[in-house]
Amino acid sequence: MKRAVVRAVAARPVLTFALVFAIFPFVVPYKALATQVLIYGLFALGFNLLYGYTGLLSFGHAAYWGLGAYGTGIALAKLKIASLWGALAGGLLLAGVGGVVVGFFCLRRRGIYFAMLSLAFAQLLYFIAFHLADVTGGDDGLRGIQVPALSLPGVSLSLESSLAFYYFALALVTLALLTLKRILDSPFGAVLQAIRENSDRAVACGYDIRKIKLLSFVFSALFCGLAGGLDALRLAVVPVESLYWTTSGQVVIMTLLGGAGTFFGPFVGAATFLVLEDRLSVFTESWPLFIGLIFMAFVLFLPKGIWGTLLARLR
Amino acid sequence: MLTALAAQLFTGLVLGMIFVLLAIGLSLIFGLMTVVNFSHGSFYMLGAYLGFFVVGYTKNFWLALLIAPLLVGVLGLGVERFLIRPLYGRSIDDPLLLTFGLSAVIIEVVRLTWGKIGLSLDPPRALTGAVNLGFGMFPTYRLFVIVITALVLVGLWLFLERTNVGLVIRGGSRDPLMVRALGIDLRRVWLLVFGIGSALAGLAGILAGPMRSVYAEMGVTTVIESFVVVVVGGMGSLPGAIVAGLLIGQVVSVTTFFAPKLAEINVFLVMALVLLLRPSGLFGEAGLME
Repeated sequence: MKRAVVRAVAARPVLTFALVFAIFPFVVPYKALATQVLIYGLFALGFNLLYGYTGLLSFGHAAYWGLGAYGTGIALAKLKIASLWGALAGGLLLAGVGGVVVGFFCLRRRGIYFAMLSLAFAQLLYFIAFHLADVTGGDDGLRGIQVPALSLPGVSLSLESSLAFYYFALALVTLALLTLKRILDSPFGAVLQAIRENSDRAVACGYDIRKIKLLSFVFSALFCGLAGGLDALRLAVVPVESLYWTTSGQVVIMTLLGGAGTFFGPFVGAATFLVLEDRLSVFTESWPLFIGLIFMAFVLFLPKGIWGTLLARLR
Repeated sequence: MLTALAAQLFTGLVLGMIFVLLAIGLSLIFGLMTVVNFSHGSFYMLGAYLGFFVVGYTKNFWLALLIAPLLVGVLGLGVERFLIRPLYGRSIDDPLLLTFGLSAVIIEVVRLTWGKIGLSLDPPRALTGAVNLGFGMFPTYRLFVIVITALVLVGLWLFLERTNVGLVIRGGSRDPLMVRALGIDLRRVWLLVFGIGSALAGLAGILAGPMRSVYAEMGVTTVIESFVVVVVGGMGSLPGAIVAGLLIGQVVSVTTFFAPKLAEINVFLVMALVLLLRPSGLFGEAGLME
């Protein structure tokens, strides 16, 4: 029985995901948390493509989340674009361009260098957004975002109710997950994992790993940009902290708690992090202390994360 | 205008000295054991807070200047021994991740202990006031920071170049396998170097305390800037850390003078430029320590 379930999940991971998350808002304490898990899970999914599957640890993924959020937010609040798709495309475009430029610089170095360089570039973007108050709203955040109705061929749906927005987000995240599965199952995805395991050998096999790493970086930035754009719609405001290093830290923590390099890990991690934050902040203002300690314990004793450890047990 | 610029250059020199102290610690630790200590910035912040604590307890800044870095150094020893040592032989990302978590923990503990509001650390009475250097008046305390940093750097250089332990450290960062083959227990050297690097961060913290405001997150942006210094200078190169530290200090200070908004941004632009033209840094050797 157990094995049959495991096999069924492994055979259709995206379908399983969609089914679980279709009932998810009704099992969590309140619906807003469900939407947050979905969006942060997508953010962690993008990060996981780069860290978990390609083996590149970026400490600056706030950059693409923030660029996606600002791109979508600016399209709606400043450029007065009336289309939801147009706004999200704006976020994707900005995140993608950011990914190409920053990726080009950061991928000149490997390992620890790469991690700290990505962090430095994200901080650069943070300072730019902070000072460019005419466009970004600066310290006050970007305000005045109005979420347009969702227009599909023939129908127009309002996303004002939180449940409608949740299912809209779920549809997009499921599409993203399908894309990720397609990437991972392709020969390109196999090369990514080869680079993670042994990049010298991947070079010896004749792969242009710089190009492949950059492509993985840009894909990752696009997933994170979509997540950031959705978050701008969810909050109707883009705080400047979206680009701050703490946001980069959050996605690192989420992905590691859930399990880097696993398909569902990012969502498990996002849920764990957000529920912990929610529960702990009731008791103490110092909740980051406990999250920090839990994270350290995971790095030391459970480096595979919750989902990764579970998978290792099941196999 | 010119005196104002001279004053700004001087401020940049002092800032540069703080960067040099931080970058040397980072670079030394990285060069020897390829560990990036993200909590380096928290150690810097702790240096300032512990300095405040010791000054409050003993009313003696000089004693604090000695004790605070030592305490941070001892903490560094503990961190290496109990948290980082289990990670040797695993992915080189793991110590970075661990010290990232540690950094959050230290910041929260400091907030719980000393409160959320920043503190101000006063320089000792002997160092208040200003000195006329012939081309302008300069705060005595800042001159003192320059002198102390220079003395520490000379001391560190003598230690690395003239002592047996220094020889082992230099050998260990060049070829650890060979050093171990000669029968030297490198783990004790790693412990020592991590302690020294942490103590240097603590010293930078207490020195910077009277010049900048002391608050729990003060180390985070600083550790990122120090890392930029290390990248610009070349990872593992001590002369590189010194030259780049002073350079970045001037970049921050001179842009603050002409265009304050660009100060933080220019630091990163310098880094991007160096990466484009000389990816291994000004003094780095290509291919080393990737």
